[in-house]
Amino acid sequence: MRADLDIIQAWIEPGSRVLDLGCGEGELLSYLSRHKQVEGYGLEYNHDNITACIMAGVNVIEKDIDEGLASIRDNSFDVVVMTQALQVMHRPDIIVDEMLRIGRECIVTFPNFGHWRARGYLGFRGQMPVSKFLPYTWYNTPNIHFCTFKDFERLCIERNIHIRERTVVDHLHRDRWWLRLWPNMLGEIAIYRITR
Amino acid sequence: MPTPFPDDSVGLVEPSLVRFDQPLQLACGRTLDAFELAIETYGTLNADHSNAILICHALSGNHHVAGYHSTEDRKPGWWDSAVGPGKPIDTNRFFVVGLNNLGGCHGSTGPNSPNPETGKPYGPDFPIVTVPDWVESQARLADHLGIRQWAAVIGGSLGGMQALQWAIDHPERLRHCMVIAAAPKLTAQNIAFNEVARQAISRDPQFHAGHYYEQETIPKTGLMLARMVGHITYLSDGGMHEKFGREMRSDALNFDYSPQFEVESYLQYQGERFSTAFDANTYLLMTRALDYFDPAAAFGHSLADALAGTRCGFMVISFTTDWRFSPARSREIVDALVDAGKPVSYAEIDSQQGHDAFLIPSPRYMEVLHAYMRRVAADIPPESPDAR
Repeated sequence: MRADLDIIQAWIEPGSRVLDLGCGEGELLSYLSRHKQVEGYGLEYNHDNITACIMAGVNVIEKDIDEGLASIRDNSFDVVVMTQALQVMHRPDIIVDEMLRIGRECIVTFPNFGHWRARGYLGFRGQMPVSKFLPYTWYNTPNIHFCTFKDFERLCIERNIHIRERTVVDHLHRDRWWLRLWPNMLGEIAIYRITR
Repeated sequence: MPTPFPDDSVGLVEPSLVRFDQPLQLACGRTLDAFELAIETYGTLNADHSNAILICHALSGNHHVAGYHSTEDRKPGWWDSAVGPGKPIDTNRFFVVGLNNLGGCHGSTGPNSPNPETGKPYGPDFPIVTVPDWVESQARLADHLGIRQWAAVIGGSLGGMQALQWAIDHPERLRHCMVIAAAPKLTAQNIAFNEVARQAISRDPQFHAGHYYEQETIPKTGLMLARMVGHITYLSDGGMHEKFGREMRSDALNFDYSPQFEVESYLQYQGERFSTAFDANTYLLMTRALDYFDPAAAFGHSLADALAGTRCGFMVISFTTDWRFSPARSREIVDALVDAGKPVSYAEIDSQQGHDAFLIPSPRYMEVLHAYMRRVAADIPPESPDAR
């Protein structure tokens, strides 16, 4: 399993009701239903991913998350997960609010735009960063709302969101001790566990 | 015999009649002492009787789901695109059952069948049957075929409503439920269109209050108008534009009211063809069954509560340009299932074909059907040794 998903699954209690926003091919939900008797649903927009979920026996619901989650009742999930999708949302702040409305707890992961390589690219080349990990150019990127760990944590303070846990990893989702020395400079992906 | 049919066709098929002699209590309060259902089956029932799929038909459908009745047939059954060897509903794997619903006009007991009390056709005296009544009659059919549990019950439009009702009424008798281009109940607009259709039929002078059989006539004009209105609601604005635009049959304007636009003659042709192939009383009955469908009503109008007792997996499919039963209506079903904590997947297929899209084998639609049917196949329990 993808390393970030492995970190996330460890945070989810057996028997929970889980909603995965942008569930991809359903890897996390499939694991959780097999190993933790989780009742899970994934929202997904990509047609190939939806077919893959159906084949894998994962409950997948075709939906553009940007259209909102209004049809889902307050507190109807134990955990709402969104991996590597915050930066493609039109309004990440509203999505985070919505996630916290429908779930008791939320797990969010996103790439850190404050990572030294991104800073260096912009600082020295004077151009928007392009890397193997984030291969798009500024005009065709789906990633329209990049932020740094610091930016996200500021949003949490403004919105009274409690950060229960944070793990910072490199682009291979490895948790390295030295990343903790200066996470906003060295970490590439953060995994946050948040509640109201 | 060398077959003239494609390899992925079930080929020549033959309908059969099944007679039921146990009285059937109907929602309207009346009872049918005996009735017959016309059915067709494709594929082979396995030793455990665990690979059976029920296909429920929509308003004008019937038991002839796939294959051909003769080598002369121009067209195969109404869902031949999805049912056959190697097709999404794979007859190499599944035993597929299609039937003509009670009240139908293609062989099952209905308004054009003789009323045993009078010897004459029932006509308007045939009781109005509802979706739950159909499900009950289909459960009798399952008993007759020795099927305790369907691998899946599948239907589009009004057929999808029957599939949903199956999941509610007989939770232990199906493992999967596929609801395509359906709705949890009709809107005022839906009912309004049905009423226009019914008025067109019942105001036709040839209708004779439903007793037209004795007059040896049919309310052809009324049925034709009903179908024309219906047909418009099955297509999308964009789809009609693509197909007909403002194409004319002649170059100059005629300055009269005869059909000049291609869309006019198309609708007349469709109406005409339908009016000789379908029974007017059955049309009234089917539209009423649609109007009355509202499974949530018995559960304090909570669809989630209505679905709380279901035990099967659900696949819900809608089509973007369907305005008869729009994607929003399918999402109501999906939301209620999520609310009730039931397994459900949902796909919204891009299509230009409106409501009719559920009958058209567009690539992504077939891909989704294929994917879910693989899951249905995987859930067939391994055959028990004593069943062999």
